[in-house]
Amino acid sequence: MRRLLALVLLLSALVASAGALAVQPDEILPDATLEARARALSKELRCMVCQNQSIDDSDAPLARDLRVLVRERLQAGDSDHQVIDFLVSRYGEFVLLKPRFSPTTALLWLGPAALLLVGVFALFVAARRSRGESAAATAEPAKLTPAEAARLAEILRGDNK
Amino acid sequence: MLMIAELGHYALVLALGLALVQAVVPLVGARKNDPALMAVAAPTAVAQFCFIALAFAALTICYVRSDFSVINVFENSHSAKPLVYKISGVWGNHEGSMLLWVLILSLFGALVASFGNNLPARLKANVLAVQSWIAVAFVLFILVTSNPFLRIPEAPFEGRDLNPILQDPGLAVHPPLLYVGYVGLSISFSFAIAALIDGRIDAAWARWVRPWTLLAWMFLTLGIAMGSYWAYYTLGWGGWWFWDPVENASFMPWLAATALLHSALVMEKRNALKIWTILLAILAFSLSLIGTFLVRSGVLTSVHTFASDPSRGFFILLILVLFIGGALTLFAVRAPLLKQGGLFAPISREGALVLNNLFLVAACGAVFFGTLYPLALEALTDKKISVGAPFFNLTFGPLFVPLLIAVPFGPLLAWKRGDLLGVAQRLTGAAAVAAIAVAVIFAMEGGGGPILVPFAIGLALFVMAGAVTELVERTGLLKVPFGTAFARARGLPRSTWGGALAHFGLGITLLGIIGETQWSVERIAELKPGQTISIRRYELTFDRMAMRQGPNYRELAAHFTVRRLGEEIGVMEPGKRTFPSRGSGTTETALMTRGFSQLYLSLGDLNPDGSLAVRLYYKPLVLLIWLGAVVMVIGGALSLSDRRLRVGAPKPAKAKAKPALAPAE
Repeated sequence: MRRLLALVLLLSALVASAGALAVQPDEILPDATLEARARALSKELRCMVCQNQSIDDSDAPLARDLRVLVRERLQAGDSDHQVIDFLVSRYGEFVLLKPRFSPTTALLWLGPAALLLVGVFALFVAARRSRGESAAATAEPAKLTPAEAARLAEILRGDNK
Repeated sequence: MLMIAELGHYALVLALGLALVQAVVPLVGARKNDPALMAVAAPTAVAQFCFIALAFAALTICYVRSDFSVINVFENSHSAKPLVYKISGVWGNHEGSMLLWVLILSLFGALVASFGNNLPARLKANVLAVQSWIAVAFVLFILVTSNPFLRIPEAPFEGRDLNPILQDPGLAVHPPLLYVGYVGLSISFSFAIAALIDGRIDAAWARWVRPWTLLAWMFLTLGIAMGSYWAYYTLGWGGWWFWDPVENASFMPWLAATALLHSALVMEKRNALKIWTILLAILAFSLSLIGTFLVRSGVLTSVHTFASDPSRGFFILLILVLFIGGALTLFAVRAPLLKQGGLFAPISREGALVLNNLFLVAACGAVFFGTLYPLALEALTDKKISVGAPFFNLTFGPLFVPLLIAVPFGPLLAWKRGDLLGVAQRLTGAAAVAAIAVAVIFAMEGGGGPILVPFAIGLALFVMAGAVTELVERTGLLKVPFGTAFARARGLPRSTWGGALAHFGLGITLLGIIGETQWSVERIAELKPGQTISIRRYELTFDRMAMRQGPNYRELAAHFTVRRLGEEIGVMEPGKRTFPSRGSGTTETALMTRGFSQLYLSLGDLNPDGSLAVRLYYKPLVLLIWLGAVVMVIGGALSLSDRRLRVGAPKPAKAKAKPALAPAE
């Protein structure tokens, strides 16, 4: 028994230096719904000393403190929103992995959609211009008959085989 | 032996000299139309590669011999490290990985020089010259700011060892694969710049550039997948993609390269989308450069970043501005002079490929904004925000879904003018497969799970079934006798098989992603020896733990017996390693593969009362994520082996018949 104890002490000293689990067993709340909410919230909160890791994923001590804090607030009866507000008031917007929409983040949130719209617009303009050009530059041959169209499609398909 | 590092240093300086020659002489030759000057390019490119390879070999020898008089070896190696990690340690640090970067850059130059015999002399000379500009910039960067060959006056007896997390077979493979992909895009870039310099571009250009892009894309795909799997089993909490800036740095070029592959197809077959394809080629490599900047400048401080020296950051930023700015300026000046060709209706193969490009680029833009916005905001206003997975899931996801829905339609549409209704009819089977899956999964979940899951699975199956549909349609299977269909299947070009296979692989990956993210089960517990933990139908009994001594670490290994429905099916041995040389450690995950799913077990703290914290997952279909990527790469390889691409010779233009349709897009 003493040997086992010695081994355990030695091992725990070793293990302590080798990182730990993210969510640890002693943190887990007895209430399953509350725990599920805590986990969901944790995924949206940043471990501020890590690189882009959520507190749910990180094994840093700070992340553990934040996880415990989130669970304390939930047990005290806070809504998800209140927990987030509390953490933001304490640590700033930096703690949110999903930044809030604000004048400073508007470009971030709208940028990708704007890019898509610009692309669609550019396509539209290009299509119109090309149609205009081709109509102006040439007397386009009369429309193909369905039979011709089918034959053409067949040839083109054959060409690409 | 003593002079190995100096030899390496000298070889690198000579390579710089050669690169300077290669950057100027062929260009002058192309301008003056002087074949002798243009012919300088190819042998110089090969020689440049040889000298950089010599420098790389010299550094490798220093590592293998544990020559701690070289600072770089001292800081990143250890005499007791296994040989494979001594070698992979060469690129496990900033200086060495930059040397690998230029090695691959010059390798691609040498490949074009050796195998590009069918290229027009002017194009070849210009391409190799542009390729060499990049080499000059980066070799200079290494020599000025990141020289791996510097010595310490008094050589220490022992090295500081490599970061333990990097001592893994994954690291031996991941960076070289990724770099071949990353840096391989330089060839597409050089081709684009060469075309702009010359002011001439035609369908043949796309035919030449596509195999190189495809090669780079394959390695990039493999490199990203490999990195993802490495993170999955190394980091110990079962994640496989983190939207970490460093991952994004490799993902953005991948998205751009994927778009480029598709637009080059339009250009090759239909002589359309030329200007756009050129721009994409520039953008794809620019994103590679931005990625290099993000990772190598120390602007981020993440697990991946092992360099932090502002002078380096400034130098790379300069390279970035010069190359991207220069390329885009050249593009702005020259692109309007390029003639457009190949008219097409919105509903056509070309139209579908444009749609593909639109959404891929927008998705790439989402990743770009999310990765760089926080850096820019902090630099400009000192305000710090975080952009993480929830942001990317909200922005990238919606942009990718329409793309996935469109995937099966694209290959079935005819060039120039397609019949959407006809294609939809032909996809009825695929849609039926998807619909049945949605219904089955909905029933299985009992309406309890997230409503989107059945549809996401349906989408993945639609993509896969769509790829099969394409092959069935092209071979006429089910319509003609089997023998005829078989003959047709053999007659199909390999690039058709490759394309269908790549799309099928995309569906597989998607299936894995949904399975893992939605159905993964997690157990966190503290166990004493003899206790059992269960997950799904599996029971794991914690038998004992033991200490082991590795070459340069000590390991605490736990022994678990795994039973399924009471029947013993194997053991799992997760561990924790401690590296005394660095005073840090790693978590060694144990994985047990069951079909495409995995049991995943990693260790946490050992408590004073002798109980051990463990984290156990059942991850359904998780292997499909990487398997799909491998299938995509096999598709790419098939397509690459297509004779038409291999020969690279342009077919005689058939499009002469319709001059009326030429000047437009």
